[in-house]
Amino acid sequence: MRLINRKPGRATALMLGLLPFLALIIVYTIASQARLAENPSDRLLPSLQSMANAMEKMAFEPDRRNGELLLWKDTFASLARIGAGLGISTLLALLIGLAMGTLPYGKAALAPFVGAFSLIPPITILPILFIILGLGEAAKIGLIVVGTVACMIPYITQAAFDIPREMIIKAETLGASSWQIVTRVIVPGVLPTVVMALRIGLIPAWIFLVSAEAIASTEGLGYRIFLVRRYMAMDIILPYVAWITLLAFIMDYLLRVFSRVAFRWKHLEGDSL
Amino acid sequence: MSTDAIISVDSVFKNYGDARILERVNLDVARGTFCTIVGASGCGKSTFLRMLLSQEHPSRGNILLEGRPLPPEPTPDRGIVFQRYSVFPHLTVAENLVLASEFEAAPFTGRLFGSQRREALAETEALLDRIGLSHAANRYAVQLSGGMQQRLAIAQALVKKPSILLLDEPFGALDPGIKLDMHELLLGLWEEFGMTVFMVTHDIHEAFKLGTRLLVFDKVRHDLQAPEAYGATITYDLPLSEPEKRSDRLRDEIAGTIHVPKTALSSGFQTPNPHEERS
Repeated sequence: MRLINRKPGRATALMLGLLPFLALIIVYTIASQARLAENPSDRLLPSLQSMANAMEKMAFEPDRRNGELLLWKDTFASLARIGAGLGISTLLALLIGLAMGTLPYGKAALAPFVGAFSLIPPITILPILFIILGLGEAAKIGLIVVGTVACMIPYITQAAFDIPREMIIKAETLGASSWQIVTRVIVPGVLPTVVMALRIGLIPAWIFLVSAEAIASTEGLGYRIFLVRRYMAMDIILPYVAWITLLAFIMDYLLRVFSRVAFRWKHLEGDSL
Repeated sequence: MSTDAIISVDSVFKNYGDARILERVNLDVARGTFCTIVGASGCGKSTFLRMLLSQEHPSRGNILLEGRPLPPEPTPDRGIVFQRYSVFPHLTVAENLVLASEFEAAPFTGRLFGSQRREALAETEALLDRIGLSHAANRYAVQLSGGMQQRLAIAQALVKKPSILLLDEPFGALDPGIKLDMHELLLGLWEEFGMTVFMVTHDIHEAFKLGTRLLVFDKVRHDLQAPEAYGATITYDLPLSEPEKRSDRLRDEIAGTIHVPKTALSSGFQTPNPHEERS
């Protein structure tokens, strides 16, 4: 049989999926052992054991200076920022997307501005945000909003455009007002895409969260990584990166599950990510 | 122009840019008529229907509804069933039927709650039963087969008791057997509700079977150098009573002018859907 027609079974697929992860760990372990054999105090590639020890300290031993559990404190601070940032940008993107996707006047008024705004590199806004909003939470949340809203708007606008004209006309013949058409036909049709846009927004959200925390913060996952970088504490940096990745994965997974439960009708039609 | 006409079309032209789609369309349709509309692909018959719906507007000329100019946008006095996307996929069958009452009763939320909602749902039961979808009341519209969706779409369009029902190839995507069931349902509802029907179809047999009046759209003038210079107009306007309905010669003649097959049902190439539920 041709290679393009051969399909792995479930167990084989799972094994194949795990293989690259395993390979990475093995390669790392070998490299780490080789370096440590030459210089036991090498900091660049710490052993898995020393990473586990460092993380145990971060997670379960109160900090000597302020008596806090740093990993959880950092995690909570970062999640609060990313949650607030994404919440605001989702709401904004929904409002702007609906205005552009349903009202010809809204599109005429907003499309050029949104197009121009989305071309601004968000990180260049950060100094402006720090100057206007100070170094507190508002600036960091603001950066996440600026960094994600522009990429979410087009998805939601397009989803509103994609609602068949027939349905909107039908609603008109059933006596619906513009407001009723938006709330009962367009919003329900667009909401699954909002969740999709949120999942896409997660990627830039983490980038800008870590960037903002690296520059001005006293807690947070990004802050910690850039803080311990000064001591080349790879035994903390590497597990932190893995932890951030895991958090991002869990958030994406939860959104996917939420979409399936909340928009059951959407997933009856066929395959989707 | 006769005074008892529910729809009066007065020398209507329709252009898209330089392309002329329709020209000099004149028509008076009496209340209660079942008007079937046929024509070759791209002859503007659907455009004509969309103008009756106010989804599009004539480039020239007027359309009067009961003697008054047609409203500039779709209104509940003209119901519509499209070939696709006529029902709301995110609502259940029953919710699709309740929607119109919700729009009327709740201007802000567009929703009914509690006892009001139960009452509205109870009111739709007769209609659900009439279209044979009682057993599927709580299924999402996307879960229905094509025939069931169209039955729902027709019922939904009748909730507001429109004086005119517009149908744009409503059965074009259905299997022949299902089509026959739909014909029966539609004719029954037409008699029951006493509305005026305009139905665009590709199927010449369907047009003869259902209609009391047949309109054929076709181009009368052709310019080979500029095929878009002239639009279509009504070339045949036939009352269909029993003798005409049974006239094969007449049917074949019209099938010839609009280039559709003379024999059999035109969408018979589709394989039957085993999941289709008939009432």
